[in-house]
Amino acid sequence: MSAPTYDLGKLHGGLRLPAHKQQSTSIPLKVAPIPTQLYLPITQHVGKPAQPIVTTGERVLKGQTIAEPDGEMGAPVHASSSGTIVGIEQWPVSGRYGDTAPCIVIDCDGKDEAMPRTTVADYRTQEPAEVLLRILDGGIVGLGGAVFPTAQKLMQARTLETEHLILNGVECEPYISCDDVLMRERAADILSGAQILMHALRIDVCYVVVESDTPEALHSLGEALAELDDDRIVLKQVPTIYPSGGEDQLVQLVTNRQVPSGGLPTDVGCLVQNVGTAAAVHDWIVRNEPLISRITTVTGDGVNNPMNVHARIGTTVGDIVEFAGGYNENAEHLFIGGPLTGKSVSTDRVPVVKASNCILAVFKSSFAGRELPCIRCGDCAAVCPVQLLPQQLFWYACADNEQKLREFGLLDCIECGCCDLVCPSHIPLTADFRVAKGRIRELADEKARAERARQRFEARNERLEKQQREREEELARQKQSAKQAGPEAIAEILKRKKQQSEDD
Amino acid sequence: MLLAVITIAAIALFAGLALTYAWRRLPPAESDLVEQVNEVLPQTQCGQCGFPGCRPFAQAVVDGTAAINLCPPGGEDTVRRLAEMLGRPVLPLAEHVEPAVAIIDESSCIGCLHCRNACPVDAIVGAHQLMHTVIESECTGCELCVAPCPVDCISMRPLQ
Repeated sequence: MSAPTYDLGKLHGGLRLPAHKQQSTSIPLKVAPIPTQLYLPITQHVGKPAQPIVTTGERVLKGQTIAEPDGEMGAPVHASSSGTIVGIEQWPVSGRYGDTAPCIVIDCDGKDEAMPRTTVADYRTQEPAEVLLRILDGGIVGLGGAVFPTAQKLMQARTLETEHLILNGVECEPYISCDDVLMRERAADILSGAQILMHALRIDVCYVVVESDTPEALHSLGEALAELDDDRIVLKQVPTIYPSGGEDQLVQLVTNRQVPSGGLPTDVGCLVQNVGTAAAVHDWIVRNEPLISRITTVTGDGVNNPMNVHARIGTTVGDIVEFAGGYNENAEHLFIGGPLTGKSVSTDRVPVVKASNCILAVFKSSFAGRELPCIRCGDCAAVCPVQLLPQQLFWYACADNEQKLREFGLLDCIECGCCDLVCPSHIPLTADFRVAKGRIRELADEKARAERARQRFEARNERLEKQQREREEELARQKQSAKQAGPEAIAEILKRKKQQSEDD
Repeated sequence: MLLAVITIAAIALFAGLALTYAWRRLPPAESDLVEQVNEVLPQTQCGQCGFPGCRPFAQAVVDGTAAINLCPPGGEDTVRRLAEMLGRPVLPLAEHVEPAVAIIDESSCIGCLHCRNACPVDAIVGAHQLMHTVIESECTGCELCVAPCPVDCISMRPLQ
């Protein structure tokens, strides 16, 4: 076991939060049963919705592709179990694209019949580009929550000079423990995924980073690494401070390089992948199983037996909570995701998707407080991990001052929610910033639209002017030629006309 | 020698400060201002302001012959930005319109080309005696195609 190394860089701000993780890690990982119906949204990734390639009534097998990516950015969707397609319909989801979304609904037959296994070539004998293309077909997206298609992220990184692969096992948000459990149970698979990613990117350095409060995960990773004996992989441990698991924050902590404003970790030679993504890459490349299941944490005071569940993508949240002993009287508020970055949902009919790392049922008053005016104490600026000035941003967001919001770096806000937590006036800053960001995007869209309309208007005016000019020129030319011909020519034409009519 | 250096340095500093001040504080050249005002306008080219297009309206606003609250598609946002840009008081909007796009009832369309010729942004496609239709993504909702239609088959559908 390699000795843990401590952080090089330092994180600005951040918070030490009560972890609430023991609730769900005290019971070992359990596998949820296959539900009677699966609801698979066609948008489970960044990019355009995938296009369904199945029809109602068709029988599908576990692992069969049922929707293909549309355009360059996207990921396919696979059937999570065998059964019959009963429809493609609007169904509640917990997404940023609205309350309902088109989902492919599968009536499961319970046989869980898998696609016939194709023999997979050993990735070590394949060219990196080929491996990348294979990853594209596995439907793999970033499982840390951002759901950016992994293949596209890798392809972008390959065109740049990337030196470090960083596997993110830092699960800094309270309550969530799915990555911790994954690292405990499947450390070897994660490291195998890391080797595949390193091969595909031709990178020779990989850091696997865990938090200081997950000693079991570190232990099992260390054992797996000792067995693997790969000196390209280094284990690192960072202090437990929220939000050190943010992509840019992790790069800063591990390599002491700062990701520039508006930039990506690849700008400083790093590529960050979640440990879950690495395991999914292993499953697909080595075991030929696409991304059809994930580990999700079911927890909170409102759940009877908080635990981590290995669930098929498309199982409804209600089914999973049922499996975890059901709700108790404390369940007033349901979140998908953590308490800080998650999205609250109004129904548990929403399915577990590739992004769902946590299902959290809590008592409402845990987080609420009455909003009071800002007293400009500056506590929010002290904890902001991106070194923004939330109190100023709040001011400008209230005034809807787009230019100032941009100047003060609103677009760099990672919406971690630290400022909300420390605000003595209980101002929902992050929610306001989310709205303001949406507004900025809206304004940019409007501007682009206006610009296009202007161009079309000007092009049309030019065309009309040109037509008018040509008509005038033609008229002038005809007049000129008539004038040049003189009265004799006219007389001759008239004579010819007369003759013609006489002939008739 | 030293005196000369100091004098010239002082003159340079003064000139620099004066130029910076002028650049920051004095109004820009008028044609630039017209462009800037034009950029704020929504470019629907609808003529609801009484001018033939957004740029002529921008010119009139800069000249002072038009009020800043005459652009209904721009809404209150545009009025506010114009007021800020030109240093004039914010006025309530003269008329409200909801953003909308034109829809042609294709079964009634007789292919007369009147609407196509009226569209300021070429957002209607069609040919003589053939059905016309609106390119929704390019339609600015100016309503200029509604009146010329001889069979009243164009309606405005509000955008959410």
